[in-house]
Amino acid sequence: MLNPISLAFKKAKNEKRPALLTYTVAGDSSKKQSLEILKAISNYADILEVGVPHNTPVADGGQIQTSSYRAIKNGIKMNDIFKIVKDFKTSKNSKPIILMGYYNMIFQYGENNFLKKCKKSGVNGLIVVDLPWPENKIFSKKCKKNSINFIQLLSPTTSNERLKSITKDSHDMIYYISMLSTTGGKLKVSPNKILANYNKIKKINPNKNCVIGFGITEKTISNFKNTDGLVVGSQICKEITRCLNNRQNPVINVSKMVSKLRKKIS
Amino acid sequence: MKLKKGIPVIDQGDKFGFWGGKFGGNFVPETLKKPIEDLEIQFNKLKNDKKFIAERDRYFKNWIGTPTRFIKLNNLTKQIGGAQIWSKVVSDANGGAHKIYNATVHCLLAKRSGKKVIIGDTGAGYAGKMLSMAAKKFGLKCKIFMGAKDIKRQQPNVKAMKKNGADVIPVYSGSQTLVDAVSECMRFWVANCDTTAMCVGSTVGPAIFVRICGWSTSQISRELKVQLINEFGEVPKKIKLYNCVGGGSSSFGFWNEFMDYDKKQVEFIGVEAGGPAKSKRHAAPLTYGSKIGILHGAAQYVNQDSDGQIEETESISAGLDYPGISPLHCFLKDTKRARYTAASDEEALKAYQIVTKYENLRPSLEPSHAFSVAIKEAKKFSKNTIVIINSCGDAYKDRGILEKKLGKKYVKSN
Repeated sequence: MLNPISLAFKKAKNEKRPALLTYTVAGDSSKKQSLEILKAISNYADILEVGVPHNTPVADGGQIQTSSYRAIKNGIKMNDIFKIVKDFKTSKNSKPIILMGYYNMIFQYGENNFLKKCKKSGVNGLIVVDLPWPENKIFSKKCKKNSINFIQLLSPTTSNERLKSITKDSHDMIYYISMLSTTGGKLKVSPNKILANYNKIKKINPNKNCVIGFGITEKTISNFKNTDGLVVGSQICKEITRCLNNRQNPVINVSKMVSKLRKKIS
Repeated sequence: MKLKKGIPVIDQGDKFGFWGGKFGGNFVPETLKKPIEDLEIQFNKLKNDKKFIAERDRYFKNWIGTPTRFIKLNNLTKQIGGAQIWSKVVSDANGGAHKIYNATVHCLLAKRSGKKVIIGDTGAGYAGKMLSMAAKKFGLKCKIFMGAKDIKRQQPNVKAMKKNGADVIPVYSGSQTLVDAVSECMRFWVANCDTTAMCVGSTVGPAIFVRICGWSTSQISRELKVQLINEFGEVPKKIKLYNCVGGGSSSFGFWNEFMDYDKKQVEFIGVEAGGPAKSKRHAAPLTYGSKIGILHGAAQYVNQDSDGQIEETESISAGLDYPGISPLHCFLKDTKRARYTAASDEEALKAYQIVTKYENLRPSLEPSHAFSVAIKEAKKFSKNTIVIINSCGDAYKDRGILEKKLGKKYVKSN
């Protein structure tokens, strides 16, 4: 049986479109609201990345930082995040969940405890921004044992040799960082160049689902229709901030945005 | 966990960059793997390259002005009674602090690798000031990331950076101090690592930055060893080396050359920032038993909550106001080679008053922490004990704080 993440990719492929992955921060702007947002966008997105907010992020741009600080300020704790995932997973239309964050949060929880809790609450995959290959080998194996996808990251600076080794050690999904940037940067590389790198990765192993993230927005997303999947994060976080500043309902507006994103790649 | 003899401490990490199997490492985004590897290859080659070392020494001598003085504080010795109190006046170095060594080496490396821009973080402003000086000297463009709170409290150094042509970029996230400046600087590097070199301002960050910085500041102890032999004919039988510890660059450099001596002969005492006496907040993870965590790419003892969020620190001295500590110091603590303690804001200010009252020396608030503990302990030592404090920064940058806390008379002659 395919795991839920692979299944989501397969489903999108059958519909001849890339899978749509969203990123929102757990607890932004409150525990309750972030759960509502997940439920609402689940109607349009295929896989949901849930950010674990951290207060010294080394790879996040301004939009996601703002969301993270907001969530931390509102008191979000690791256990609340597991609770949000669990509650989401028992709702209808629930989709695969990937937790994305920094290693210190896992380290403090204890790797084994963390994975146990992931399994219990229904987390399907993990992206650990600051645990690169080969340092992540042991943890990634532990994830596999627990049927949790450990998602390897690749970037434009990754050498060909590394591309091969990392792809070999990866599970069902790989994340290609489109350009040298923190999250939320403007797309400063031509889509063709990004796609060339994407194809290089696909050639190494066509069976791995490769998603592209960083710089993907309403404006740029339609350039990448012939890919396995696309991640939109900062634009959604920005929209939440905009709604809060204008006293609008983020749940409705974010869900509208994700629906539009989906239409652009369908 | 064991410290090896005969191998520089900076080279005692394992293949993943961990000292003692658990401190340091490279917890970095994939994007930074390549630039870090490039820097490792470059540094490992150049640190044994005679021509490169000669070039470094030439700049250290002619431009930084090494060696810095090693002086006896006669009045203070008399006043305190007990050990002989000496100081290594590292603030003599061009720019007024030890940060110039690391900045110079990073600019030399950047130049060799063809980078046109160099970026750096700063807390007290010294790392930034020195990097801006070195960048100017070597014709590199320079950007300095500095917490908005630190920009306010360390104006003299901010002015110096701007004068040297650097862009000073205020960081408004989090506590708006050094920890956020380092994060922002690393983020900028993630986005620009193809054209830009990064200088981490202390012995923190991914392992290669810890090593480069430690290698650079070790100049301090190399000089001191020669000066001790010139003064006493040998390395004396009982020496105590006191140094403040924030990230840990000056203390590591002050101790490195004496690493293989028995600690009964050469003892290392690191003094962390205890923060205001009445506050629970501090910047002393080693003294107060913080847990191991990951900060800025390295595993280290760090102030954090049970979830792993990094905690805000508090200290009168911006240069020590950092929640973590160099992996090298974690290693020296757990191998028991060095001893760590803390001084409060008030104790540091008191020490500053005592030193400036008796001596023609103006240690900044950072080394004033070390003076505080040294003065307290020197009383109990015998006359043949040599207490040496690294006066690693000059108080000129602190005049605003000193005037506010102690009144005008303490800053007049600056």
